[in-house]
Amino acid sequence: MNAMAQEQGHVVEPSTLLKVWAALVVLTGLLVAASLVSPALAVAAMLTLTPLKAGLVFYYFMHLKHEGPLLRGMVLAALTVLVVFIGMMFLDLAFR
Amino acid sequence: MSEPAHADYQGAKIGMWLFLFTELMLFGGLFLLYAAYRMLHPAEFHRASQELNAVIGVGNTLVLLTSSLFAALALTAVQQGRGEAGARWAALTACLGALFLMNKGLEWGAKFHHGIFPGSALVKAMPPGEGLFFGLYFTMTGLHALHVLIGVVLLAVVALLVKGGRVRQGDCVLLENAGLYWHLVDVIWIFLLPLFYLAA
Amino acid sequence: MSYLDRQGKGGLTSWIFSTDHKRVSLLYLALMTAFFWVAVGIGVAMRLKHLSGSDFLVSARTYNALFTVHGVIMVFMFVIPGLPAVFGNFFLPILIGAKDVAFPRLNLLSWWLFLAGACLALLSLFTGPGAPDTGWTFYVPFSLRTGTNVSLAVFAAFVLGFSSILTGINFITTVHRLRCEGMTWHRMPLFVWAIYSTGWIQVLATPVIGITLLLVILERAFGIGVFDPARGGDPVLYQHLFWIYSHPAVYIMIVPAMGAITEIIPTFARRCIFGYRAIAYSSLAIAGLGSLVWAHHMFTSGMADLANIIFSLLTFLVAVPSAIKVFNWTATLYKGSVDMQPSMLFALTFVFLFTIGGLTGVMQGALGLNVHLHDTYWIVGHFHYVMFGGTGFAFFAALLYWFPKMFGRQYDPKPAYAAWVLMFLGFNMLYGSFMVLGAMGMPRRYFAHLPQFHSLHLAATAGSWALVAGLAVLFGNFLAALRRGAPAESDPWGGKTLEWTLPSPPPPENFDKLPVVTGAPYSYNPKAPA
Repeated sequence: MNAMAQEQGHVVEPSTLLKVWAALVVLTGLLVAASLVSPALAVAAMLTLTPLKAGLVFYYFMHLKHEGPLLRGMVLAALTVLVVFIGMMFLDLAFR
Repeated sequence: MSEPAHADYQGAKIGMWLFLFTELMLFGGLFLLYAAYRMLHPAEFHRASQELNAVIGVGNTLVLLTSSLFAALALTAVQQGRGEAGARWAALTACLGALFLMNKGLEWGAKFHHGIFPGSALVKAMPPGEGLFFGLYFTMTGLHALHVLIGVVLLAVVALLVKGGRVRQGDCVLLENAGLYWHLVDVIWIFLLPLFYLAA
Repeated sequence: MSYLDRQGKGGLTSWIFSTDHKRVSLLYLALMTAFFWVAVGIGVAMRLKHLSGSDFLVSARTYNALFTVHGVIMVFMFVIPGLPAVFGNFFLPILIGAKDVAFPRLNLLSWWLFLAGACLALLSLFTGPGAPDTGWTFYVPFSLRTGTNVSLAVFAAFVLGFSSILTGINFITTVHRLRCEGMTWHRMPLFVWAIYSTGWIQVLATPVIGITLLLVILERAFGIGVFDPARGGDPVLYQHLFWIYSHPAVYIMIVPAMGAITEIIPTFARRCIFGYRAIAYSSLAIAGLGSLVWAHHMFTSGMADLANIIFSLLTFLVAVPSAIKVFNWTATLYKGSVDMQPSMLFALTFVFLFTIGGLTGVMQGALGLNVHLHDTYWIVGHFHYVMFGGTGFAFFAALLYWFPKMFGRQYDPKPAYAAWVLMFLGFNMLYGSFMVLGAMGMPRRYFAHLPQFHSLHLAATAGSWALVAGLAVLFGNFLAALRRGAPAESDPWGGKTLEWTLPSPPPPENFDKLPVVTGAPYSYNPKAPA
């Protein structure tokens, strides 16, 4: 039984999942509120709150909090590659 | 010792994550284009974005966030040996996905009604940049909707498997992987919301 | 009983629905060989056309289709899947002591997608308004405006990309999960390191071309405007997205080739590989750095100067890990007792030709020189030195090396040597002439050529005949060996990696009892007499 439980990974409690969901809804509300205040704030909120929301989903809903270094490292590497690709494209576009 | 390869729980999960990376890069190419064109045409993007209905966008966000919660609850239930509840949560996830698609269909339908669709005369007559916004809007939300559709079918099938006991405590990697896929679809939408609906 | 023996009901279905990684490997080999010869034929046709500087043999329109189809087939159906799909599939599980890949059914699906993509590509030639004429790069705006069957060809490339992605996912997972007991990361044969690095490029870069090609289709179908300047789009962004994949794709092609060479050289030099870790990590370094140099294909596209300078610098940096490998191969040979079997000869030829291809690549990375060389025959010569002189010769070296293991039959070495002479001379005559032509100013993809280029064009065409004759001898020799070759021993070359512990050909599940590894690969003791 124990071996089986280990195999299927960590069990995240429903109460934790509910809290994360609540946080996601609140963050969405903040995002909408910011977009109503001013364009500058909307962009700032987009660049900070959106990755935060995605991080919550990755960390709790997708269980990355309980995964080993291998999977976490892989996810980090993939995200880094995407950011680097977009960033390096701007080396061209932003300096033309 | 000729055990079938799918008995490797961790291996199946690694495979799924690798697949999710490809999804990430697929949408990543579109995010790259969006970022580039928003930099080139800030005012046009701002104007075009006002055409979109932020209420539907936010509403659909809440639908997807909740469906993601249900998918996570389904996994927890099955892991704890509550198969009946797990099947129910998975089925509810699929239902919310269908609701999302319905909203999306209404939203697109309204746009089409106003003459805004890919290649329409109205979009082609827009100033450079504005039509582009709609090109990206239809491509990105369309591709996302296609993923939602796949996810709905996937979760419905998995819900049946959970109900039938084929996916159960200790042997639930199929549900976990379907959930991972669903959460990623949710994450993509988390990014699409501010890019399109809240850019006005 | 071997994996080649009749299984179940036998017949074709026992092959095309087999999930045995060895059978899937041979399925790829068969399909790829067929397409390789089609593309070779097209290449020869193009060379024949240049027997005259003006109208000859084919029309200008057909010529455009010829170089497009030659490129699409060679790139997407031979060089990219080449070593991973054939030798990776066959030997990756064996080299790490596993019975199969992590997802055998997914592996079979990859092959079916490959077949589907190949069929779609063929279909695009013979249906619709005409064969695609854009060049294999499908550059906008021409690919959006041309009336030819671009959408279908682009979709074919998309499907082939999907096949490649699934193969990458499979191999990465296999390396992480299925290494046998004692097979630590630093005991893995270096071919495995190469396939692993390649897998990451396949997974992370291929989707980018996937979405780019989809956008081309959408643009052609609906006019969404993303690459259309009239609508505010930017065609240079197409080039960015295209090369974000297609440059790393060059490393999908060359890194597994380097891996195969790294297996062959220690075996025939009877020496432990020099600098194991340097070679292993340089595979990863090439995969990583190689993903950051894509814009060196775009120096003349009007990019920002800052981008030009940075991408040029990064391009020079990729030469470092590549050179590390070349130095390590050379150092492995030093004081080795070299056995110049055909496989070794092809492997050393790889090192020679790849070095030429690599160094000319560094030259092109220089911004000033690039303006002169861009879009000339020099570039065509350069990438054929890398893709054909590199990956192609490595593919043949690997086939010569592993043929006895894969088919259980030994080939006659003499025709293989003869093939090498023809191929080596023909190759350099063909692509060496290309480089000189390009430096003189002959633009690539031109149907006609000026009189001052004529003699070099003739030399190149004559070289193509020798090259094709050599290829014919090589393949003919393999076919002869398949029919009546002597049975191969389990370890004909004295190799030290796990595949040589199995009978030739291997049994269906590879290992009766999974092996336990206790030491590093390539355990030749240079001090003891062999």
